[in-house]
Amino acid sequence: MKKILNKPVLAVGPFHPLQEEAEFFQLTLDGEIVTDIDMRISYNHRGIEAISETLQFDQVPFLVSRVCGICSASHPLAYVNAVEEIAGVTPPERAQYVRVIINELERIHSHLLWFGLAGHFIGYDTVFMWTWKYREPVLDILEEITGNRNNYGNVCVGGCREDIPNEMLPKIRQKLDELEKKVEMLVKVVLDDPVIHARLKGVGILTKEAARQYAVAGPTARGSGITIDVRRDDPYAAYADLDWNVITQEEGDVFAKAVVRLLEVLESVKIIRQALDKLPDGPIAIEIKEIPPGQGCGHAEAPRGETFHYVRSDGGNRPVRHKIRAPSFNNVPSFRASCIGQHIADVTITLAAVDPCYSCTERLAVVDSHNNVTHDYETLLKLSREKTAMIKRQVL
Amino acid sequence: MKQEELKARLEEIKDKLIAIEQPRDNRIYLLCEAEDAYAVDKFLFEEMNLRFVITTGIDSDDCFEVLYHFANDETGTFVTTRAFIRDHENPSIESITPFIAGAEWIERETHDILGIDFKNHPNLRRLILSDDWPEGVYPLRKACVLSKAKELEKELENEKDTE
Amino acid sequence: MNWIRWLKKSPWVFHVNTGACNNCDIEIVDCLAPKHDIERFGIKLVGTPRHADALLVTGVGTRQAVPRLLEIYRQVPKPCVVFLIGACATGTGIFAGGYHVAGPVDEILKKEDPNAIIAYVPGCPPKPEAMISGIIKTLSTL
Repeated sequence: MKKILNKPVLAVGPFHPLQEEAEFFQLTLDGEIVTDIDMRISYNHRGIEAISETLQFDQVPFLVSRVCGICSASHPLAYVNAVEEIAGVTPPERAQYVRVIINELERIHSHLLWFGLAGHFIGYDTVFMWTWKYREPVLDILEEITGNRNNYGNVCVGGCREDIPNEMLPKIRQKLDELEKKVEMLVKVVLDDPVIHARLKGVGILTKEAARQYAVAGPTARGSGITIDVRRDDPYAAYADLDWNVITQEEGDVFAKAVVRLLEVLESVKIIRQALDKLPDGPIAIEIKEIPPGQGCGHAEAPRGETFHYVRSDGGNRPVRHKIRAPSFNNVPSFRASCIGQHIADVTITLAAVDPCYSCTERLAVVDSHNNVTHDYETLLKLSREKTAMIKRQVL
Repeated sequence: MKQEELKARLEEIKDKLIAIEQPRDNRIYLLCEAEDAYAVDKFLFEEMNLRFVITTGIDSDDCFEVLYHFANDETGTFVTTRAFIRDHENPSIESITPFIAGAEWIERETHDILGIDFKNHPNLRRLILSDDWPEGVYPLRKACVLSKAKELEKELENEKDTE
Repeated sequence: MNWIRWLKKSPWVFHVNTGACNNCDIEIVDCLAPKHDIERFGIKLVGTPRHADALLVTGVGTRQAVPRLLEIYRQVPKPCVVFLIGACATGTGIFAGGYHVAGPVDEILKKEDPNAIIAYVPGCPPKPEAMISGIIKTLSTL
């Protein structure tokens, strides 16, 4: 650990009521401006890549859907894309559409979850309560289809395990219609509220060049003007047949990322509607007898960005090597580029804008405090909310 | 850039490669020796403007492989550099962190779990293994399967107890 | 003074993640959301273990997280109830045998304190209703 003398150092973490994962960031301050960040992760390292080598190919999706709770449909899909690439098979069409529907439903509830947490960090607790309430119908649909609100276990090598019964389609459409109205209301809240503009614009800017250097993905990249989206660039499942917009913003600040995520929810609703209309009849999976020797690169667009899985097979029934890269592994280090030069009141929201899915990577370690300046997470949260209150007084 | 342009530009570094494999249109593998990987990666990132994705380290019995995955989003192509480290006793390779900041963490992780030394890495400290993880035990090496790791750990604890 | 009697009403809980995939943690926070709203029972999440009556522990107990878990357990005023939430906490779940897994968490806690009051809420993740039911059932048996 770097010990920097004569400069106050903040410890953020490790455990906080709303930060679901353990992580440690060490921030070095000059007055109230962040000048350096060190990060240590290890708390969630469960050695999943090693466990994967002991499982058979068709058991691995159950393991990797537990790499991360909110990307739990994307990880198995990326893995299965890699394995199906090695085997040279294409799952049946209906399975492709079911995969799209489940993944987009997950994107909706993940982005709403993020929006709620972001609202909490800047003191908009009503937004937190509302978005987490609007998520519930989405989780209910997922539970009716797959049996679980999270961890769907629906993807298998060769197709899907659970079908969406045709009788359910009207109910899904109805819930989407209700959700769309509420999300449109939320979009207006963000885009029209002068306090949120003042609070989030210009905060935590990640420049396009830094975004490229840190190889970030997902809304973190799209918020900085890098238009990448696996669904469009290297279509998998049924995305090649569907029509939607890739949302990009140029500024790279927290506001841009919030706009990207919110508008993506509306695009996801569009995608699901098309998928429901085009859902073909047919089998839900094909049987694959064996995986030949070879290697495959599979990726999927998780809510946080590109999830990449590399699988190597030697013809046996277990992967020889399985590399898992969650998007947060590249996104979280970019926190360094977006946080240095920021005021400490903006640290929590800048980190939250990266939408770190702590389980996907492992979170960082704690840093010791120097100069008897020990601020815990509660203090940072309070500072963030005070800044919002101050802006409110100025603007209104 | 389009597929044809992609392939044409890859010809420029052909002298550094052992072979180019293309199992399908949008998956290209460039095989090279460890010494040439730095130049190849720099070319892919800076000259061809590909997007860096991640690095994979593999213990392949007689050698180590370090795979650098790059993406060309316009065509949805993955260009992966497969670098072979022939020295199985003391594997080392030049770090690419100096020109790709996003490679810092993955090289630290590969160092933790496979024991590959990344030369000139600005910050090669422990990343994902715990503070009390025994030195010299690399969990993803073939010689160190899950049970063996626990065995070694027990031995080290017994040694500690008897000290 | 029967402190347990005080524990049964409105327990304040502190959440500890010892290496979980985040699912259980999200479902715990979901308990605060309007659909389940555990605050109507007086249960709230606190920011420090020193104010907690109960711990909600998720995760397999990775090597790095276990010392911190023990530190937190020592800081919680006794008596306290430890709720192990999810398949990982109740018995390492799908990550059994992993090289970085030091769990299961209940064995670690029992070694530290043989009189620890531990309750298990299995599931992957357990639904918020299951968690609430688990908490109520446990507290009514104390």
